[in-house]
Amino acid sequence: MGRYALRRLLQAIPVFIGTTFLIWFLVWGLPGDPFAGRCGEKKCPEAYVTYMTEKFNLDEPLPVQYLMYLKNLITGNFGQTFNGTEIGELLAQAFPISMKLALVAVVAEALIGITAGVLTGLRRGSFIDNLVLVSTLVLIAVPIFVIGLVARYALGLSSVSPDAPFVELIIPGIILASGSMAYITRLTRVNLVENRRADYVRTAVAKGLTPSRVTGVHLLRNSMIPVVTWLGLDLGALMGGAIVTEGIFNIRGIGGLLFGAINRRESGVVVSIVAILVLVYLVVNLLVDLLYGVLDPRIRYE
Amino acid sequence: MSSPEVATATSPTEPTAVPATPAAAEVAPRKEKNRGLWSDAWYELRRKPLFVISAILITIFVLMAAFPQLFSSVDPTVQDLHKSLEKPDFGAWFKFGEQGQFGYNVLGQDIYARVIYGARASIVVGVFAVLGNMLLGGFFGIVSGYLGGWTDTLLARFGDIFLGLPFVLGALVILSTFASVQSDPSAFRITSLVILTFIVLGWPSFARIMRASVLSTKQLDYVHAAQALGARPGRIVFRHVLPNAMAPMVVVGTITLGAYIGAEATLSFLGVGLRPPVVSWGIMIGESRNFMEPAPYIMAFPAAFLVVAVLSFVMLGDAVRDALDPKLR
Amino acid sequence: MTDIKVNTAPVLGTDGKAGQHLLEVENLHVEFRTRDGVAKVINGVSYHVDAGETLAVLGESGSGKSVTAQTIMGILDTPPGFVTGGAIRFRGKDLLTMPKDERRLVRGEGISMVFQDALSALNPVFTVGFQIAELFRKRRGMSRADGRKRAIELLDQVKIPAAATRINDYPHQFSGGMRQRVMIAMSLALDPEILIADEPTTALDVTVQAQIMDLLAEIRRERNMGMILITHDLGVVADVADRIAVMYAGRIVEQADVHSLYAKPCHPYTMALLDSLPRLDLKGQELNTIKGLPPNLLRIPSGCAFHPRCRMARDICSAERPALIQLGDRASACHFAEELVGRE
Repeated sequence: MGRYALRRLLQAIPVFIGTTFLIWFLVWGLPGDPFAGRCGEKKCPEAYVTYMTEKFNLDEPLPVQYLMYLKNLITGNFGQTFNGTEIGELLAQAFPISMKLALVAVVAEALIGITAGVLTGLRRGSFIDNLVLVSTLVLIAVPIFVIGLVARYALGLSSVSPDAPFVELIIPGIILASGSMAYITRLTRVNLVENRRADYVRTAVAKGLTPSRVTGVHLLRNSMIPVVTWLGLDLGALMGGAIVTEGIFNIRGIGGLLFGAINRRESGVVVSIVAILVLVYLVVNLLVDLLYGVLDPRIRYE
Repeated sequence: MSSPEVATATSPTEPTAVPATPAAAEVAPRKEKNRGLWSDAWYELRRKPLFVISAILITIFVLMAAFPQLFSSVDPTVQDLHKSLEKPDFGAWFKFGEQGQFGYNVLGQDIYARVIYGARASIVVGVFAVLGNMLLGGFFGIVSGYLGGWTDTLLARFGDIFLGLPFVLGALVILSTFASVQSDPSAFRITSLVILTFIVLGWPSFARIMRASVLSTKQLDYVHAAQALGARPGRIVFRHVLPNAMAPMVVVGTITLGAYIGAEATLSFLGVGLRPPVVSWGIMIGESRNFMEPAPYIMAFPAAFLVVAVLSFVMLGDAVRDALDPKLR
Repeated sequence: MTDIKVNTAPVLGTDGKAGQHLLEVENLHVEFRTRDGVAKVINGVSYHVDAGETLAVLGESGSGKSVTAQTIMGILDTPPGFVTGGAIRFRGKDLLTMPKDERRLVRGEGISMVFQDALSALNPVFTVGFQIAELFRKRRGMSRADGRKRAIELLDQVKIPAAATRINDYPHQFSGGMRQRVMIAMSLALDPEILIADEPTTALDVTVQAQIMDLLAEIRRERNMGMILITHDLGVVADVADRIAVMYAGRIVEQADVHSLYAKPCHPYTMALLDSLPRLDLKGQELNTIKGLPPNLLRIPSGCAFHPRCRMARDICSAERPALIQLGDRASACHFAEELVGRE
């Protein structure tokens, strides 16, 4: 396990460097005035330009700039908005709310998705199976912002209160999770169907275990491995969806922050926050990779 | 790549079949032995209602994108403030040359005409982005699969960088960098920018598929034979690798096309994707946000078109995949 | 503790009374309903096994030998497989009509099975210790610690070195032979009365095959179990089996004790099988192979299913199906069985 973890960690380093470099390059490294069009309709205020120039070492040669940018990112110095608020502070306020929403979403997609996947996987070809398959297609096809707008209108929902209690986050959370839920259902179903005829399932039956143990332990455990991996990759889609969902329901999380910044055309703030989200995404994926090793011993001892 | 021949030849009668007598597996005789993968799939597909429906819908959307005049004679950009927020005129449905079928938006533009003209943006972005992905990803996939070694490793790590960016977030950074609000890009410029963004973020997935195909094709005996006989790499790629890679490329391409139409609408809705003067479903839905109460139809019609379009491509891809991959039947 | 009653018991289950033997398969019919039609996989198979004896079931793949075993274990894939007739009696009770829960308890405890490919038959994501101890925990209500202790004992019994540490390993960390030993240990956990070994050595290297066969024979002897050994390999059978049933196209075509069968096969198919064995004394000569292909089970040839490939085939063979007839202590399903048994 140690060697596997180490290898994964080493593999993550070039991706991490490459991705942060890419973002840094797009934001600060391109030739031309980096402040053009960063502050909405107006020109950026002088104070902001001097502050950011100093903060991100924009007078230094490019390689130094990138290294300092990395250092800032890792130490939590994210810069300011152009009217002088620390982005780090904004994030600290928004983070707990987004975590709550993400929690609701992940629980919803795992709970509903896996249950539906197991039900359909065990009753392949039944009416339920076909019904769920068609519904997942629709869920996958309808963009989240459409579901959000329709739900808001049809259910007569208003904005979520500023402190975002869990109860008010249930519907936005399910909407945010809808697409992923459908994917999990399909993934669980396909894996279940594939593994159901596996030799080791037959062995479990031949051992005289109860049907619920055969399915619940031997079949499900193997079928869940790809689902867990997928949950990690899906975090990216969840982040994108959160911008829309939090925007539509006026939730003051990180997505709502981004939504507002996009609407006010403050691309300086947008890219700073996106850079942080990408970092989170990379870290979570690394963790999921390690979890994959725990779940599937074959990978670990490769 | 699994071909239907291989999959159906594994007989269900003897699950622990011994390889000693492979012919014993001939329990299920194939009615037409030499039907290829594609004609087999086509035979299967024609019988599937979901496939037929989605194929018809896609044809309509493509026609809409190519010749919007066939569907509406109204200019989608003309504003008539007298008609602002006028309700849909259901009497005008099914009558060509009429207007106001779907009502008017706040600027008094004809929603029906705008919905029809909006198909073009979605189809153009989807089709060109997927084609670009196939070409770029396909090229890099062939290069890394064929050359292997350092080239392969390097390209794989390079691709990982782009896969490390969540799609919407990556698009946000790229688009807000290259199309900031001051630049006020032309319709052509912003459309190509969106397409390029999708290609930049999407090519590694297609490269992976192509690479896998190349690797599996390289193992085939007849390819070894062709190499031993001195066939040039170009010939091997075109004769053996490409035909083998087509099936997964087409399936993933079709589903991705649907996803891209949805992504384009999402980005346009957020205000960082396409923007006026381009007419797009995503923009229309975005504009409708403040008029949901008095005029829900402003959102309802473009949203319905958007959903049906995405659904058609996803359904088509799904059906084609099932037809090409008999294991999941 | 050898108790071989090869020649005393009647060879066939069909003429015996119900409940006479430990395990009796009687006139079993199984078919597979596929998209291309109905394949009659088993067409009236009868055999029996008693404690302390080994019955070898011999046949090509597709002959139905494994499907019979799966039907006995109750692990037939349904659909496409359906039992359409017959009975399987264990201790006199029909497994096929038994309530599901009762039948479940027979698995592992009454009858257990060793599969061909241990790598795919063992669950890849659990340690072998977990998979063996699971039987003690779930079927015997033992604690985790006790189950573990018993699992180590079992691994010791099947001669896995350093069993106490290897118990924490996963199936893919074992060599093929060791993995099959784990599989055998697992099948022995609940002290079954009958062990079905389905091609237990096919997936193994030749050098390991003999070790595994020896182990199985030894365990069978020590525990006085009944064993059904399913194989397509005549060489494996000779040393271990007491009786042999030869299957072809879902029927038993010949049944005899091992010595008689080798000395004087009385069915052309068995004769051809024996002929096709490589022999050291005939080095340099071409091997005899059986002409033609195994039958398509969707369209089994009329009459005797073997007639298209048979060297002795006459007109009657394609017209009329020969019954399995008793010839003293052996049986054969051939129109010319009596002539064959009477030959020198």
